[in-house]
Amino acid sequence: MSITSSTASLPQRDSIRGAPPAGERAFSIAFSAVLGLGIFVALGGLAAILIWAVSAGLPRLDWGLFTNAPSTARIETAGFRTAIFGSLYVIAGVIVLIIPIGLGTALYLEEFSDRTSRFARLVDLNIQNLAGVPAIVFGILGLAFIVRGPVGIGFVAAAGSLTLALLVLPTIIVSSREAIRGVPRSLKEGALALGATPWKAVWTQVVPYAAPGVLTGAILSVARAFGEAAPLLLVGAVTFVTFNPRFWSDGYSVLPVMIYQYATRPQASFRLLAFAGVLVMLVLVLFMNSFAIWLRNRYERPLQ
Amino acid sequence: MTTSTSARPAGPGASHRGLQDPTRRPGEWAILQFLRGSATIAILTTAGIVASLFPAAISFFREVQTVHGVSFLEFATGTFWAPDFANPSFGVLPIVVGSSIVVVLALLVSVPVGLLSAIYLSEYAPARVRRIIKPALEVLEGVPTVAVGLFAFWFLRPTAQEAFPNLPWTGPFAILIGGMAVGLITVPLMASVSDDAMRQVPQSLREAAYALGDSKARVAIRVVVPAAISGIVAGIVLAASRAVGETMIVLLAAGAGNPNLSFNLFAGVQTMTAFIAGKATGDIAQGTLIYDTVFAVGSLLFLVTLSLNLFAIRFVRRFREVYE
Amino acid sequence: MNADPTPEHALPDAAAAPTVGSSMPGGSGSSETASTGFDLSTALGGARADDEERARAEVVFEADRLSVFYGDFQAVRDVSMQIHAKEITAFIGPSGCGKTTLLRSFNRMNDLIASARVEGGLRYHGEDVYGEGVSPVIVRRKIGMVFQKPNPFPKSIYDNVAYGPRVLKWKKSDLDDVVEESLTRAALWDEVKDRLDQSALGMSGGQQQRLCIARAIATKPDVLLMDEPCSALDPIATLRIEDLMRELKDEYSIVIVTHNMQQAARVSDYTAFLTVDIDDESGQRTGELVEMDRTDRIFTNASDPRTEAYVSGRFG
Repeated sequence: MSITSSTASLPQRDSIRGAPPAGERAFSIAFSAVLGLGIFVALGGLAAILIWAVSAGLPRLDWGLFTNAPSTARIETAGFRTAIFGSLYVIAGVIVLIIPIGLGTALYLEEFSDRTSRFARLVDLNIQNLAGVPAIVFGILGLAFIVRGPVGIGFVAAAGSLTLALLVLPTIIVSSREAIRGVPRSLKEGALALGATPWKAVWTQVVPYAAPGVLTGAILSVARAFGEAAPLLLVGAVTFVTFNPRFWSDGYSVLPVMIYQYATRPQASFRLLAFAGVLVMLVLVLFMNSFAIWLRNRYERPLQ
Repeated sequence: MTTSTSARPAGPGASHRGLQDPTRRPGEWAILQFLRGSATIAILTTAGIVASLFPAAISFFREVQTVHGVSFLEFATGTFWAPDFANPSFGVLPIVVGSSIVVVLALLVSVPVGLLSAIYLSEYAPARVRRIIKPALEVLEGVPTVAVGLFAFWFLRPTAQEAFPNLPWTGPFAILIGGMAVGLITVPLMASVSDDAMRQVPQSLREAAYALGDSKARVAIRVVVPAAISGIVAGIVLAASRAVGETMIVLLAAGAGNPNLSFNLFAGVQTMTAFIAGKATGDIAQGTLIYDTVFAVGSLLFLVTLSLNLFAIRFVRRFREVYE
Repeated sequence: MNADPTPEHALPDAAAAPTVGSSMPGGSGSSETASTGFDLSTALGGARADDEERARAEVVFEADRLSVFYGDFQAVRDVSMQIHAKEITAFIGPSGCGKTTLLRSFNRMNDLIASARVEGGLRYHGEDVYGEGVSPVIVRRKIGMVFQKPNPFPKSIYDNVAYGPRVLKWKKSDLDDVVEESLTRAALWDEVKDRLDQSALGMSGGQQQRLCIARAIATKPDVLLMDEPCSALDPIATLRIEDLMRELKDEYSIVIVTHNMQQAARVSDYTAFLTVDIDDESGQRTGELVEMDRTDRIFTNASDPRTEAYVSGRFG
């Protein structure tokens, strides 16, 4: 067919028909199966925790859980009321603290600082590191600096708020920075061109656009703070309070710590109470996280 | 690192051309000071941690040296940890080993599971499936650790004993279960950091391998994973840092009482975090030896996680430099 | 697409005259002029074309009204052409004309994009590339490809070249020879023989691209597809790659996509000119083959006014 004489020297050429060798196909299938197993373990673990919490928590789930105060005498009617109040106080304090500070830090780093300056780089490095510092270390900080030491406000709900706010600040800062980075530069530049001051341009153009991302970070932070127990063990949330706490005085407890305390008592009825508390806490945390993720996906904008 | 184009100098007047510098208006100036102050809090927090930990830790070492005659070497190598016994002992190895066991067990779970999940998410999953699995992993990451600890103690431990009755289960606690539960909740961290790293591997590298006739599985293993390796290493280090600092799960599942150096996976073994949480429940008095002991252990924990975190941050930076 | 005036579109056997796409001679040059296939030998007058064809080696690729879609979007429409062995064939045309898409359909790289779909026929040595029972993985093992930006693996120089042979599970003992031979063929051996174990990322851009060529030819494919291989390189590195292509031509069939007309004129034997047809209603940009001919004729004596306009720099 071909007229050229060099056909023989052409590199060898087999048919392109046929599948890859059986060994290769088997390897591909096996690898897919292993990947599936990985995903199965991760999601199966989550499912197992949720199913266990529902089955263990349901028997003791009733309104008394929310309306009754903790008690060691009447286990059957004991509840989490004061701890829920404690959690509400602590979380309210966290929200009030982290939104201005978190948003402020994010705005400073993204809009008002020279990213290559030593100060900005130092802040950035600190945030990245603090995101990985164990919660219990924040508890030690809270104990030494907030409960006692320079701040010295004692074992009160406000101390819990301050400690948890420092703990979750990196979360809201990182989310807010991402949201701010997603704002088209043209919005801010347009405002500046019309003579707005830098802050006015940022406040009226950048912040509203970034608000859903900031809110996402805030909700994720609050969900984390709400479920956190370890640092609060150190800053006083261990008082077995039978009365509703106040923010600045008295002892307080929070839901996860109360659960821990019930769970470590020997009687089985306390354990059931703890499981019911776990169920309540999980439902609330999962709701907050799902809402935050939904919000982020809903408003996610492509980076400019 | 960042994609934003704004790199406005912060100094007053540097960013604006105009008749009057708006940053000198009182309102504008006060706001900029507030923003700068907010950013400073991150630095102050680190400084506060160091300032609260180290003086107490130093007074701990001074006191055990003078009162109990324990040198730093004996502290570092001693195998009995009972600082609050009538006849106290300050060998820190038992709780260091306990934390190390938790890290190893956790990584044995989270590295393979997280890496496989990441490969699936980055290389295999259709966008639709990815949109379901990613949030599910985030939800897993957000499960309160008290809940995971109770799950480990009241469900995993009895179930494991039922399934494997011949293993030498000792007492109600088992560090094996605690470590594995810690591993489960560090899976999302490992998966998301590795997934990010793999998605940053340029598509052109995959195409080069596909053009040579390689299969999807081997492109993932021989091209994508090696190219993303520093990101994956960062994920492993961050997972280790998270595991060493995890408190509630090990406190509930592995206990806080065992003062002995123990490698028994089927018994309770105390970790650094469990010791702190078990001892420092608010009512310990400032200035006492046990108070200082908590801070000494806290210093150790902080230094370990700090070095792990800095290591991971460097790896992530290096990775980003390679592929911009 | 309009009705095709050459019904005997069933591709002739390899030794016969090629069917090339071309527009109607003397067409207005407006964008709605359909590109249609017709027999080159009729157009150019029998004897000369026949001689030329006799001198050409066998047909490697035969596209028969090949179209490529991404979802509903048609990127390439009804391309019919033949690629001959041991020649350099260049695809030129304005951006968006689908020349890269067309090239990537030759080794089924478009299969990596979930929404991509191919219609029409494409044969490689007479076998249907998109036929039943043909695995894209096997197709890609026969056909080498070099990309726009040098894309060496972040591995050693040696491991880069040995990647393909390892995919094919060639004997380990042969690998050293294969690596040396491929690097020599890619005119890179003398520069790197002392640092084979060093990372390929430490090389210059031009060296990296020659490494990618060495990597592509290590498994001895008979075709090399090159997608704008010099667009990321400086002029000196570009000339080296062009020299290399001319050297490789005695063993390989090379198809090169280039945005650089001078490059096509310098290195290629045959040139296909593609243009982009913009749909008035949807604004969709679909690539079409205008004509394919010997490179000297495309550049000096094109039969389609659009080709002439493009090569003389009047549009595109």
